[in-house]
Amino acid sequence: MNSKNPLVRTVTLILFWLVVAVVLFYVLFPFYWAIKTSLTSSARLSAEALQWFPSVPSFQNFVDVFTGAPFGRNLLNSVVVATGTVLLSLLLSVLAAYALGKFRFQGKTILMYLILAVSVFPQIAVLSGLYTMIQTFGLYNSWGGLILSYMIFTLPFTVWTLTAFVREIPTELEEAAYVDGASPLQTLFRVLLPVMTPALVTTGLLAFINAWNEFLFALTFTTDATAATVPPAIANFTGASQYESPFGLTMAASVIVTIPLIILVLVFQRNIVSGLTAGAVKG
Amino acid sequence: MTTPLPSRPTAAPARTGRGLQASRTRVALLLLVPMLLVLAAVAGYPLLRTIYLSFTEYNILTDPAPKWIGLGNYWFTTEDGVGLGVLQIPEWWQSVWNTVKFTVGSVLLETVLGLAFALIINSKIRGRGLLRTAILVPWAIPTVVSAQMWNWMYNDSFGIISDWGQRLGFLQAGQSFLSNPDTALAALIAVDVWKTTPFMALLLLAGLQTIPSDMYEAADVDGANKWTQFWRLTLPLLTPALLVALIFRTLDALRVFDMPYIVKGNAPETITMSIYARQELILNSQFGFGSAISVLIFLIIMVFTAIYVTSLRVKFD
Repeated sequence: MNSKNPLVRTVTLILFWLVVAVVLFYVLFPFYWAIKTSLTSSARLSAEALQWFPSVPSFQNFVDVFTGAPFGRNLLNSVVVATGTVLLSLLLSVLAAYALGKFRFQGKTILMYLILAVSVFPQIAVLSGLYTMIQTFGLYNSWGGLILSYMIFTLPFTVWTLTAFVREIPTELEEAAYVDGASPLQTLFRVLLPVMTPALVTTGLLAFINAWNEFLFALTFTTDATAATVPPAIANFTGASQYESPFGLTMAASVIVTIPLIILVLVFQRNIVSGLTAGAVKG
Repeated sequence: MTTPLPSRPTAAPARTGRGLQASRTRVALLLLVPMLLVLAAVAGYPLLRTIYLSFTEYNILTDPAPKWIGLGNYWFTTEDGVGLGVLQIPEWWQSVWNTVKFTVGSVLLETVLGLAFALIINSKIRGRGLLRTAILVPWAIPTVVSAQMWNWMYNDSFGIISDWGQRLGFLQAGQSFLSNPDTALAALIAVDVWKTTPFMALLLLAGLQTIPSDMYEAADVDGANKWTQFWRLTLPLLTPALLVALIFRTLDALRVFDMPYIVKGNAPETITMSIYARQELILNSQFGFGSAISVLIFLIIMVFTAIYVTSLRVKFD
């Protein structure tokens, strides 16, 4: 781009922006198409499926999603399960991260390897074992069963990331608290936790997104709207009728669950990028 | 602390040090116990149970209890010469082959495209913040949602992509890339590439930003053109980040379940290892046989993880 010839420079610049435009289109078009479809009423859908804009934008699909299907309940389930998962993971992992990040003891390396191993567990590998366990404890088709099973992927992640963060906190803070006679728990919750807030927000957010999006366990461990979260609900919209295309409804539901996530991502953009890359580079 | 025993002047401080160390170890263990208990309950025990079930014959709906059959789920030939073990069943090998093709295809494309995205965002242009935000959108969309969005775009008669394919002459009227068994897997790879390239791009962008800019200035002074700079400077320095991203994506792709399942269900031309395992476990209630498949998947993933950990020399302290 730093050629001396102004013509070459202009051409390269135009080409470059063309590439940028193509990338933007590629990235955003499917999402636009979902929004467009969701705004087309089911009566018009087959006629207007291929049009770029809805001729009569309608919010009928958004109303139908809540009246025709127990989608409100699915949303509630998702909120409860994802929030519960995040709170429990953060609580457990804050304690563990303090121990792993600031204490020295034998077997720590092995423990870290073990946690790393769990973080790459294929969910399918524990499916049958978890299924029988969840049935034994009567947790089938319940919030508790999902929250418990989600720990398998949120917990290793939060422990890992928070440990990396705790390690970076200057030891002087902890020593000062120790000299003042604070117990380890007091040190953790009064001194370290306030410093950790940004890390907690980032880690919690990423864990929330993972729990919100989880599909396999939600599909397998729930039977009906009592506990089924949004992902299995959206996945099952299709099979409703062979002759009527439910895609207007499906897209409306999809837009509803995606917009909050996109807003979260836009607001916490910087934290997410650093959180993703920190977790990835450190393992 | 003063010691009343002059004969062992160093004993007391040493003992205090050891005492402090011991009590700190105790505290650390106490802090770890809740997390370890939960992990043991959701990962350790279920995994052991899955391994145990894989050695049994157990239809969860009809059998009162698992019946031990040793390695029968893995390899078993009847007297008539019919192979019933997982490793003898073509559908398993089909699912392995599909998963391998899916993994290689998607990871390769995602790496190349992700690198291109990362280079674009890393160049000094106006609106790069906007661009970075835009590429986060596919990442933020739940997998189930992106699967359904593409399902709609691939729809035989009303899908926009089928329409484009038909107009460009790749498809016959009323046909879609997804309904055609020859292109179905490629169509799924396209969805995965769309969804995950941004993640790849972010990882690589982080790697790019650690390369000091004065290296490029030095290269400019030496008269190296952009092309040479990319091959001689950017790529070698980016290799560690590239490797991490590659392995991450490979592990993810090997255990893929949700997207192909939502788009194509249990269709043989796109069934992946995880979908096959769930089909046997949940749909056919074969907890013994299905567990054997799960164990095989687990072993495959663990081999890759071991390669990952050793090749990158992951350090913890």
